[in-house]
Amino acid sequence: MTPTLAPVILVIEDDPAIQKVLRVSLEAGGYQVRAARTGQDGILQAATQSPDVIILDLGLPDMAGEATAREIRQWSGVPILVVSARGKEFDKVTVLDAGADDYLTKPFSIQELLARLRALLRRRPVENAQSAVFQADDLLLDMAQRRVTLAGRPVHLTRHEYRLLCLLMRNAGRVLTHSYLLREIWGPDAAQQTHYIRVYINQLRRKIEADPGRPRHILTEAGVGYRWAESP
Amino acid sequence: MDQMRPDPDALLDRINAEEAKKKRGKLKVFFGAAPGVGKTYAMLEEARRQAEQGLDVLIGYAEPHIRPDTEMLLLGLRILPYKMVEYKGVTLKEFDLDAALARRPALICVDELAHSNAPGLRHARRYQDVLELLGAGLDVWTTLNVQHLESVHDIVERVSGVKVRETLPDWVLEQADDIQLVDISPEKLIERIAAGKIYTHHSVDYLTRQFFNRGNLAALRELALRRLADRVDVQMETFRRQNAVAEPWPAAERILVCIGPSPFSARLVRAARRMAMAFRTNWIALYVQTPGTARLPSHARERAFATLRLAEELGGQTVTLHGDDPAREILAYARGKNVARIIVGKPLRRRGALFQRSLVDQLIRRAGPIDIYIIRDSSEPVLSERPSGPAPRPRPAGYGWAVAITALTTILGAGLYHGLHLSNINVLMLDLLGVLGVAIRFGRGPAALASVLSVAAFDYTVVPPYYSFAVSDTQYGITFAVMLVAALLISTLTDRLHRQSEAARHRERRTAALLALSRDLAATSEKEKSMQTAVRHISEMFRCAAAVLLPGGESPGRPGLAVAAGIGPAPADEKEMSVAQWVFEHDQPAGRTTSTLPSAAAMYVPLRIGPKTIGVLALRGEAVEHFCDPDHRHFLEAFANQTALALERANLAEETRRAWRRVETESIRNTLLSGVSHDLRTPLAVITGSATALLEGSLDRASAAGAQMLAAIVEEAERMERLIANLLDMSRLESGTVQPRLEIFPLNELVASALARLKRRVAGRNIHLAIPADMPLLRVDGLFFEQALTNLIENAVEHTPPDTPLEISAAASGRGATIQIADRGPGLPAEHRERLFEKFFRAPAARGQRGAGLGLALVRAIVQMHAGSVTAGNRPGGGAEFTITLPQACTCSDAGDILQNEDSETDT
Repeated sequence: MTPTLAPVILVIEDDPAIQKVLRVSLEAGGYQVRAARTGQDGILQAATQSPDVIILDLGLPDMAGEATAREIRQWSGVPILVVSARGKEFDKVTVLDAGADDYLTKPFSIQELLARLRALLRRRPVENAQSAVFQADDLLLDMAQRRVTLAGRPVHLTRHEYRLLCLLMRNAGRVLTHSYLLREIWGPDAAQQTHYIRVYINQLRRKIEADPGRPRHILTEAGVGYRWAESP
Repeated sequence: MDQMRPDPDALLDRINAEEAKKKRGKLKVFFGAAPGVGKTYAMLEEARRQAEQGLDVLIGYAEPHIRPDTEMLLLGLRILPYKMVEYKGVTLKEFDLDAALARRPALICVDELAHSNAPGLRHARRYQDVLELLGAGLDVWTTLNVQHLESVHDIVERVSGVKVRETLPDWVLEQADDIQLVDISPEKLIERIAAGKIYTHHSVDYLTRQFFNRGNLAALRELALRRLADRVDVQMETFRRQNAVAEPWPAAERILVCIGPSPFSARLVRAARRMAMAFRTNWIALYVQTPGTARLPSHARERAFATLRLAEELGGQTVTLHGDDPAREILAYARGKNVARIIVGKPLRRRGALFQRSLVDQLIRRAGPIDIYIIRDSSEPVLSERPSGPAPRPRPAGYGWAVAITALTTILGAGLYHGLHLSNINVLMLDLLGVLGVAIRFGRGPAALASVLSVAAFDYTVVPPYYSFAVSDTQYGITFAVMLVAALLISTLTDRLHRQSEAARHRERRTAALLALSRDLAATSEKEKSMQTAVRHISEMFRCAAAVLLPGGESPGRPGLAVAAGIGPAPADEKEMSVAQWVFEHDQPAGRTTSTLPSAAAMYVPLRIGPKTIGVLALRGEAVEHFCDPDHRHFLEAFANQTALALERANLAEETRRAWRRVETESIRNTLLSGVSHDLRTPLAVITGSATALLEGSLDRASAAGAQMLAAIVEEAERMERLIANLLDMSRLESGTVQPRLEIFPLNELVASALARLKRRVAGRNIHLAIPADMPLLRVDGLFFEQALTNLIENAVEHTPPDTPLEISAAASGRGATIQIADRGPGLPAEHRERLFEKFFRAPAARGQRGAGLGLALVRAIVQMHAGSVTAGNRPGGGAEFTITLPQACTCSDAGDILQNEDSETDT
């Protein structure tokens, strides 16, 4: 990828109207757009056009979104953003677990889409930083010193809360599924204990959010998982 | 004027008959007076003509011993192969009914209508085959000789001396659409016989002597001609009725024939039928079961039943009554049924002649306006078939007791007479008491013994000279005689009383059984349950395995029968099911004890409602043999009718329920359509309006107005999305297939994501959250519950002024939790509080506002899915509050339990 060129977005979507809206908005946002109408075509273009991000619709006529994501994931680490309708939470989880990086529920705002794309494009360099300092508003996470402060005052976190916060902040803007979080923090055996996550998130919100009832940092993705909101 | 009008019932009958005939094939009978008149020839000749005109004619069956002339006619016609049946080592050639049904010709010729089929075929008689062909819509031509007709065969026997074995019920001939008489003069027929054209086999001499003499043939010819003339008369009458010509005779002057166990009764029945034909009226065969008939040996009773069956076959109605006084029963029944003529027999001589004669006498004396016809039994020997010996013999123990009791009374009497010098009258009374006791307890035989013994003992002990059987005074002779007669009289009376009460008990049992059945059936309108009930009652009553088979089995194309309820072994194998299927399709009983498919293991009775069969009752077990008795069968029919009624009732109830559901669904759909189309169009109008305004450049999108338009577009689009989400959830919930995926949630999180979804709607609203920190975790379906909270919050936002605060609070109590969403708006009008959660309900005040009235209905559905409830009310101080109560949503552990495990490790 040449830095001087605008990033290439491959849109795999069968509905022409949405294709059109996406193309117009993305091109206005400074991206190059490639379009595919079927999963097969999408896989082909993913291989030939070397896109920087793939936007994948879950309701493709020829193959399941999960299979498409899995196939692409076999030979490419390109970020995949899944787009699907509400009510298909289970599909979203499977496709995220199959290797997709993020998802958006239809209908979505273009602003939101652009923000997600930015997060995905930015992700890779950040991921490598094992020890780093993350900031969101007046919340500061210093991974090197294992230290969390809110408005300069230290915040006491349990070990699990701390690891949860690290995972979320390091992947800011990206949805993390329940099972991913559970595997990362409690190990593979705990992948079904989703209420652990809920309880810890609830606890974490109490400690770091100004209004835990209306959290601004840790956002719930109903039925799927959680996301650290990027600072605008 | 009134007389001119045809009886409506009769009209209905005629219409029904015509309806049934339309679908049926047409039956044409070539009718002759004697064998050899050329019926088969005439039939084949005409069939040949039809075939030459291109009609699909099939020769279903032609006599194998066919005459040479006739055989020529068969050339070139299509002939169905015989069905070969092995019976007792002989191969019989029979008509192949199934092959004929499979071939489905337009016209089929089947010779010899009165033929009896070989055992093992489906029907016992060929006419039943023919009826099935007609039922299948095939036209049938057949042949028949007059001597085979049931109603005349006894005349034929008397006239010709030849016993006719194969008889045909007259109603079969009456079904014929067309009867063609094939007639030649007796002289010509005898000539033809002599010329060897008929009966080419060896028995010709015997037959000629026996049957084909001029006198016989003339008599048979007369019978045949008269039958046909009768038929023409009936047709004439039908024509007159159809055209409302005044009826020349009173409509329902029925004829009643009283039958008994005597073989002579069969003749009475035939006579009754002939008379009924002559008078053109219905007729009834009546059998009165008295204590006397109950004592008859079984073969005599069976003969009575056989006579009743014969009456049924001849088209009569059959009735069995129970009673002690036949004359009274007969006359009471006759008056009730508008009977004008009663036929009774007058036997020549028999043991019960006294009684019989008195029956006739009584009938005549008490008949009033009813005519009594007495038919003399002249030809049939009666005595040869009388039962021999008295009927049921009392148990020997009875005689033992008789001896013992007599001994006791004798000793007592002798003691009193000789010891206390009581009068001998008192001793006699004591003896009488003993005899009476024996009569009551042990019946006539022992009573007679006791009375003889008592007389002897009285003589021996009390009558001087004592201790000798000699009698000194002749007046004791009278004492003995009176005592003997009194004892016999008493024992006869008690005996009769005994049997009568037995009969009454029997009737009582039956009535009670029917009553119990109908009461139990009335208690339920559910099909399975009522069929179970019916089967249980029938099985208990008739002591056999019973099952109800109903259509709608596994294969939907063909109305296969399936066992709906059964007790004992149900008919399972293919053959039994096919019998049941036959019964279902043909509306007639079949199987064991009937003449159709009698080799089946079970008996099958159709469950009928009017003309349509709705199921089949199967009965199986040894007890099924009892259904040979028509009385028993009528009783079964009563049960079957009850069952059919219950079944029909259950079917109707189900139908009604379905209809209601359809109506309800229809009205819901209509409300939904109008509500949804309104609620989808409104935001669409806003979106289209704003977007076009911006697109056409009449508004600058950077201006404040333009920004407002854009915001409106987004807001309306989001509203539509929420509406669609509600619709989808509602339909998923209503389909009943959704199982809640219960997971453990902190309430905070659910409220947070609900508020996040309403971000734009609640922006700027003062929302106070009061969820305690130690609130237990909830076990709910996260997505649905979040939707419920979203709808409640949106509802509050929608119906309150923007500057009023909202409050979301929660509390735990034991395993339960309550969640409240309260506002400070105008509150809820009391009269609408109950209906708020109904689908598509919209408060009149809220008319101008949005929402398909689905939001709160969905809240209720979701909360109910979690075994909870939702209520609405007004708060003190103004405003409305909605309360969700979840009685068992809390998990035992709260958040603390999970956190405690590792709370010690803190990083800073």
